[in-house]
Amino acid sequence: MNLKITRIIAAIALLLLSKASFSQDFIDKANISGNIYSEASYYLEDTLIGAYKTRENIGANIYGNILYRYKGLSAGVRYEAYLPQLVGFDSKFEGMGIAHRYVSYSDSLFDVSIGNYYEQFGSGLVLRTYEDKNLGIDNALDGFRAVIRPLKGVTLKAVIGKQRYYWESGPGTVRGLDAEWNVLQLLKPESATNILVGGSAVSRYQPDDDPLYILPENVAAYAGRMSLTSGGFFVSGEYAQKINDPSATNSTIYKSGQALVATTSYSQKGIGILFTGKWVDNMDFRSSRNATSNDLTLSYIPSTSLQHTYSLPGMYPYATQPTGEASLMGQVNYQIRKNSKLGGKYGTNIQLSASVANSINKQKLNDTTEIETPGTLGYKTSFLSIGNEKYFHEVALEISRKINKNLKTVAGATTQFYNLAKIQGHPGEESVRALVVYADVSYKFLESQNIRIEAQHLSTKQDNGNWAMLLAEYSIAPRWSFAISDQFNYGNPENERRKHYYLGSVSYSHASHRVSVRFGKQSEGVVCIGGVCRLVPASYAASVVLSTSF
Amino acid sequence: MKRILILSTLSLFVFFTLQAQSTGGKKLPSVTIKTLDGKTFNTTQISNNGKPIILSFWASWCRPCLKEMAAISDLYDDWQDQTGVKLVAVSIDDARTVNNVRPLVNARGWEFEFYLDTNSDFKRAMGVNDVPHTFILNGKGEIVYQHTSYTEGSEKELFKKLKELAGN
Repeated sequence: MNLKITRIIAAIALLLLSKASFSQDFIDKANISGNIYSEASYYLEDTLIGAYKTRENIGANIYGNILYRYKGLSAGVRYEAYLPQLVGFDSKFEGMGIAHRYVSYSDSLFDVSIGNYYEQFGSGLVLRTYEDKNLGIDNALDGFRAVIRPLKGVTLKAVIGKQRYYWESGPGTVRGLDAEWNVLQLLKPESATNILVGGSAVSRYQPDDDPLYILPENVAAYAGRMSLTSGGFFVSGEYAQKINDPSATNSTIYKSGQALVATTSYSQKGIGILFTGKWVDNMDFRSSRNATSNDLTLSYIPSTSLQHTYSLPGMYPYATQPTGEASLMGQVNYQIRKNSKLGGKYGTNIQLSASVANSINKQKLNDTTEIETPGTLGYKTSFLSIGNEKYFHEVALEISRKINKNLKTVAGATTQFYNLAKIQGHPGEESVRALVVYADVSYKFLESQNIRIEAQHLSTKQDNGNWAMLLAEYSIAPRWSFAISDQFNYGNPENERRKHYYLGSVSYSHASHRVSVRFGKQSEGVVCIGGVCRLVPASYAASVVLSTSF
Repeated sequence: MKRILILSTLSLFVFFTLQAQSTGGKKLPSVTIKTLDGKTFNTTQISNNGKPIILSFWASWCRPCLKEMAAISDLYDDWQDQTGVKLVAVSIDDARTVNNVRPLVNARGWEFEFYLDTNSDFKRAMGVNDVPHTFILNGKGEIVYQHTSYTEGSEKELFKKLKELAGN
């Protein structure tokens, strides 16, 4: 962590304290909030599922935030400790210290911050810094940010800084400008129509120390966006471009990049329809050209596919291929009216979703140069071209119905195609075709007690074969919840890997505090939140999670 | 030296915490979020004319969140009649799912006040770890109760707190 900035912040804090002794308000009328989250696991071994003991036996991830606020002034620190990191998190996390600290001032006109901050321009195609502790992602910028709102509906932003890289800063300096104008917010505040236009520019400076190539030290990316909302109708789009940026994730090619995302939806009481399309060509933008996996990302290009909440439908989750992808998704939410013959007393909700993702059409530059040859322009493509290789598709249907005051049911089915070789980067592996069905029945009794049963089945001839899963949960509102589950990989092509993954958990929550204890086995899998995924190895562990907000 | 600075900064915060906690009456921080129409909105403007507010952090992909909203929606008319409460629902859906929010809430016919917190700025400022996380604000806009997670029937606890407030 940068010592100089820590010193400056400590000095400001001291200054505030000295001021506080004069002004009692500074303490009395201040707001303090924060939270603590810790997860600790004791690892056991089951070599057949690929769960190994760690050297230390134990892993623990601990996070604590304290935020101080007085009128427009706020300051905060986050302490993090990985002693060592939980299985599945990068070993570069090991250690502890202040991972995040800032001071900021905001009023209706200005926001200024120094230290660490999170920012997003538009939908995030050229800049999004964020944190998600479940994914082990924190790419906060460390530097300065100013936001100015000179007129109602107009927002101007300027940022400069370096991104967090585990316990250090990344090598590149990021500079960015963004402007957004909600056209009618000032002109016609009562208008039922809203038009939003915006644009951003981001550049990264990183010295060229490559012995072989002459690399661009300043890499610029631009984006423009608009959206229109009128009654139940909505349409939005953002287009982004990036100049040549040979990097570790694009095979060191000098081609420029571009991306387009567009969404339209219509909704009214009872029905919502949504279409999203996306076209991406060489648009992976990071604050270091050497970064890989989820490190130092600037562009945020989430996948255009359904986010599953049950475990077996989510076993093969799609992740965007930023080097090239054309994708489409459509989704319909429909509610069959309450008190109708078909809808029942409480109505019935139906969700139908379909998505597909393909490669883009990449053509050789000339007869002798292979596609994506390092040091060349890489390939040729035309805007919105669609290639022949399928990455993913899915058709999913889910129906949920409240039968009476105490009984609720959910049933669903999804069929998926998952290009394992491309998405998980294991060339040669066969693509998975899976059919998943599931049901969830929840019955409430004695006012606050509830029993919930989940049954799921995944069938596929590829990868690990068929899975079945059963879960039972008993809860006493608002505090207790007990659950046991078993995932059984009974269709694994290898006999000795047809294993049960038992898991039991108890959780207790009171006000803003929550403790949960878990014991059992978890299969190897991909955890995805938003559009970002992390591969989590199999584990056999006893874990305690403690979460509190104050 | 670095350690001393970190420790002193931390102890300063702890000092402030103890001081400020004793006085209570926490209000909402000032964060700029958006309405479903894309208008900018400052969180200090959240109000209900002196009546209590339920402030709920949720996401379209969070099943317990959807259950909680559906449960409250079924009881909402009664709750409003008895306590005058308003539910303000802040979605933390990011760019991947944020466009699902409008069609989803319209299709379900939920009549709450919805906002979008696409990069979780408000969530962080409120010290929220995970969704669902629900706050109750009294008529003066002060946070008087918060609860994390949702199990079937938990909404009763919320209503109990609301009635306590209305009784005062």
